[in-house]
Amino acid sequence: MTKRYALGIFEDEDVLLHAVENVRAAGVKVHDVFSPYPVHGIDDALGIERSRLPIAAFFFGMTGLAFALWMQIYMLGFDWPMIIGGKPHIALPAFIPVAFELTVFFTCHGMAITFFTITGLYPRPKVPVMDVRSTDDKFVMAIELDETSSQFPRLTQLLRDNGASEVNQKEMTTK
Amino acid sequence: MATLTHQDSATAEQLVVTDGARKTFITIIVAGVVVLIIGLLAAIMGWGAEEHAAAGEAAGHAGAASAHHEGNPVWLKRLLVSLWHSNIFFLGVSTIGTVFLAINYVAYAGWSVMVKRIAEALSAWVIPGAVILFVVFLIGRHDIFHWTHEGIMEKGNPNYDAIIAGKSGFLNIPFYLIRTVIYLAIWAYFSWKLRQLSLAEDRLGGTVWFHKSINASALFLVLYAVTSSMAAWDWVMSVDTHWFSTMFGWYVFASWWVSGIAAIALTAIFLKQAGYLKALTSNHMHDLGKLMFGFSIFWTYVWFSQFMLIWYANLPEEAVYYNQRLGGFEGRYTGIFFFNLVINFVFPFLGLMTRDAKRQMIIMKIVCIAILVGHWSDFYLMFMPGTLKGESGFLIEIGVAAIFLGAFLIVFSRRLASASLVPVNHPFLDESVHHTT
Repeated sequence: MTKRYALGIFEDEDVLLHAVENVRAAGVKVHDVFSPYPVHGIDDALGIERSRLPIAAFFFGMTGLAFALWMQIYMLGFDWPMIIGGKPHIALPAFIPVAFELTVFFTCHGMAITFFTITGLYPRPKVPVMDVRSTDDKFVMAIELDETSSQFPRLTQLLRDNGASEVNQKEMTTK
Repeated sequence: MATLTHQDSATAEQLVVTDGARKTFITIIVAGVVVLIIGLLAAIMGWGAEEHAAAGEAAGHAGAASAHHEGNPVWLKRLLVSLWHSNIFFLGVSTIGTVFLAINYVAYAGWSVMVKRIAEALSAWVIPGAVILFVVFLIGRHDIFHWTHEGIMEKGNPNYDAIIAGKSGFLNIPFYLIRTVIYLAIWAYFSWKLRQLSLAEDRLGGTVWFHKSINASALFLVLYAVTSSMAAWDWVMSVDTHWFSTMFGWYVFASWWVSGIAAIALTAIFLKQAGYLKALTSNHMHDLGKLMFGFSIFWTYVWFSQFMLIWYANLPEEAVYYNQRLGGFEGRYTGIFFFNLVINFVFPFLGLMTRDAKRQMIIMKIVCIAILVGHWSDFYLMFMPGTLKGESGFLIEIGVAAIFLGAFLIVFSRRLASASLVPVNHPFLDESVHHTT
């Protein structure tokens, strides 16, 4: 789906932070902010809800733990039982290091994949970027426009009043 | 929105220790004395003594245990060992105040400035603890340390023990005392030094004190890394004279360290709830919670590293340590062995896992108390099987611990009240006030 956005370009993160607050206070919905590095406090300023990624992480971890224990108990206890060091076939203390490693493995890979999928940051041939300068030294605030772009002049004024160095329009095809 | 709201910097706050608080501390001591007297009476009257004696005999491991019977009656042994046990715990936790301070200085950490004075005050117990340590060692060393027995290192003596004699180059009383003096002198000097620099900063201002503190901290951390590990061998591991573990220094440090952080967090909560530390927010509690969560896992990691290698190799001279604790002495320590893992690992791990839990005063408070109780019982488990075999109990031990706690709180709160709770001239104070997580 193609949408039009007004893009306010900012030079400084503090100016951006205050602009986000003022623009939202003026009743305008900010689509998103793009910055070269994480800006402290931007989540609160944008009113973004806390991510539920930790909950997913917990379940990925439980999956890894369950898989590791099942794997070792099945392999060493049933599929190919061996006596190692005079210990019982199912010797739980010996399984803990592997269980720990697989818990971490499942958690971090699961989190990374979930994160990339949800945010749309996964690698692909053509990456939608609002303004390439946001990967270098500029901060970009994107505001969604309706089909006629009738609010654009008013938004330009609002963004300029709040310290934007330039305001552009851009059409983007997003998921 | 915390970053955007304008907030004035924190101002000086003077703690006033109320009569009510003092009364509470005295009550803790009195309750401890009462429990101690009941425990001593119980031990002297010999309630349940036959069972103890049987357990002691049953657990006699070849040479290692119960070979030598000392003249002291059980109640006196238990009193001396529990004095040593509680003192090592409180002394270690007290020193962690300075270690916490030093690590935060060296890391240029800003967030912790708000709880810095609590860490400084925690180290007020180092001197009393050191004095008690020497007194208990001089009076009770025969009941605590097997290697101090008469003639144990003399060939031909009926008490002769070849393995212990082989350790005489390290484990002899003069060298032991010299080492102990060195550890305690280093800890006491640097906790005094960092406190003085911090107070001078309050009075005179300027960044020179901050830089001096960093130098002192860096030096202290290097020395503490060595001395804490060696102190763990000397004060804790040498009660099981035959046994040794290369993980032990870390293990004891991990126990002290996580308890120290819990003590700092708990004090911060109590002060906050009494209306002090106005600039302390849930963001600071969140960071303290993360440290407690992380280092509870670290303690478990060290615990497990020690356990698994010994369990897997199954060498008699190493495995005896866990034989005594898991099922030895008629299963006397089995319960507390598993309790130790649950309260020090499972409980903080699940309790502090979510972000919300770390930001809730009540959950933090419960977990802090659990960690402190848990690590006290961790030290119980380190000391009792090696010293008292099957004769340990709880009343005397808990009574002594309560007396220590009350005395500790009196010294600690006096130090807290002797200066502003907020280090007003610390260069990172504003960073701490505006800290967000």
